[in-house]
Amino acid sequence: MILKGKVWKFGDSISTDLICPGRYFHLRSNLPELAKHVLEDADPDFAKKMKKGDFVVGGKNFGLGSSREHAPTIIKIAGVSAVLAKSFARIFYRNAINVGLPLLECDTSQIDEGDELEIDLLQGIIEDKTKQIKLTTSSLPKAMLNILNDGGLVAHIEKHGDFKLD
Amino acid sequence: MTISEKILARASGKKKVSPGEIVDANVDLCMSHDNAALVCKKFKEIGVKKVWNRDKIVLLFDHRIPAESVKTAIGHKEVREFVEQQKIKHFYDMRAGICHQILPEKGYVKPGELIVGTDSHTTTYGAFGAFSTGIGATEMAGVWATGKLWLKVPPTIKIKVKGNFKVWVSAKDLILYIIGKLSASGANYKAIEFYGNTISNLSIASRMVLSNLSMEAGAKAAIVPPDEKTMDYVNQRMQKQFVTLQPVYADKDAVYENELSFNVSNLEPQLACPHQVDNVHPVSKFKGLKIHQAFLGSCTNGRLEDLEIAAKIIKGKKIPMSVRLLIIPASWDIWLQAMKLGLLEIFVKAGGLVLNPGCGPCLGAHQGLLAPGERCIATTNRNFQGRMGSPEAEVYLASPATVAASAVNGKIVDPRRYTDENTDIHGYEC
Repeated sequence: MILKGKVWKFGDSISTDLICPGRYFHLRSNLPELAKHVLEDADPDFAKKMKKGDFVVGGKNFGLGSSREHAPTIIKIAGVSAVLAKSFARIFYRNAINVGLPLLECDTSQIDEGDELEIDLLQGIIEDKTKQIKLTTSSLPKAMLNILNDGGLVAHIEKHGDFKLD
Repeated sequence: MTISEKILARASGKKKVSPGEIVDANVDLCMSHDNAALVCKKFKEIGVKKVWNRDKIVLLFDHRIPAESVKTAIGHKEVREFVEQQKIKHFYDMRAGICHQILPEKGYVKPGELIVGTDSHTTTYGAFGAFSTGIGATEMAGVWATGKLWLKVPPTIKIKVKGNFKVWVSAKDLILYIIGKLSASGANYKAIEFYGNTISNLSIASRMVLSNLSMEAGAKAAIVPPDEKTMDYVNQRMQKQFVTLQPVYADKDAVYENELSFNVSNLEPQLACPHQVDNVHPVSKFKGLKIHQAFLGSCTNGRLEDLEIAAKIIKGKKIPMSVRLLIIPASWDIWLQAMKLGLLEIFVKAGGLVLNPGCGPCLGAHQGLLAPGERCIATTNRNFQGRMGSPEAEVYLASPATVAASAVNGKIVDPRRYTDENTDIHGYEC
């Protein structure tokens, strides 16, 4: 699958509170409404500015904090096609794969806001069209790739009745 | 093998596992709070009719109780209906307290178990020698359906702590200091094991502080090897229907990724400053900073020993009108004990608001949110921007002693200004 879009750049340590603040708890049963506030405390206009298919690019330890699955869910619902970061926090990483949001770990210091990216998810190749550079990403564990390929964990268990590790 | 490796090997039916290996593990116990509403929804989407084992699921509400909005009330109602329909036995509704206090307190947590919860601070049960970790709602729906979860065996960091705490310095100061050194991602994807005479001397409640807050360094599990104190606590409370597991200890030749040593003898009270839990400094560096709210509670520090320490400092004093002091005992049992000991009276007479057991404003959903420009000192676990209300507010994390001393003075102060003698405590033993 090839993903194409523009970069929205964020810094290190983007917490789940910055992605999905507790003060919008009451919107959790209305995800499209909650998604209007995605990453609001990191960039107040992000949800308005971004276009479907764009990429969120962060630094170190993206998604640290709460186990709230709404964090990756509303990034996905907002239309972001993948999140790239130098590293991801553990629970956020699992949650993202489980809800079907692709994450790519790579050296994001070379990518800037507004860059146009083209990403081959299966090959793990990230091409920065603006900078004319190619970045590689480490591959997902097989267990996660199976879940992502099935479209998330719900579909995966529906299909296999269990986790498929191999 | 390390403790984590042994527990994961047992749970996945293997003789030996190594870091990096992915295992399909059988879960011994799982917990969800208010977010069980989302787990129920995902469980229904999977299409399985019955949960794999209704006895191994503990549910309760603590995050938004009583319901602060109609939407929350609907979520609670949906969970109650699910509990009824699936005949889930271990459901406490709003009548218990914070999940991470309740599971140990009601005898669900035992050494050697694999426990998962839809809450990041599920690492708390590591204080009892369990491998316990936080997962998301969809993943929990998978556990409810299959009883299993895939897990990557983490490498383990060994942390040795020696020395005796100075007066008013506690486990909270130690773990904040450790997080400051490790960084917020220093234990990401890793397990921690705690050793040393300081750890042995800690109360169960204080060990829970270490395991709870280790999550803020990214830890997947944070385990204190069980000892006599652990077994006494567990045996007094154990739910009879659960199989007793043997405590698990690391092998002599266990391989650790890293070994760190700390000495607490000269440790000062610590403060995690905005907006990162690893932005840790001695309290003395920030003394004098005006505060608007002080919050004593949460799954990190809402236990009886925390309330006792705070009461020692607060007794007989008045909280200035410029400060709101919120006190939230972590459970109904703790609330009742604090009442019997006269602690709640001390807080109320000083001008504190004693609220119902639950998470309170820690996660910023209700009960004491902050206005722009306000500053709160809290015994909680996170100080991320926007965590407790306005993104233009500030949250400082500290020990119960530092929070109490700051509340009394209307500004951040080092609790060591109070000596044991001049706190003038009579009437109960701490």
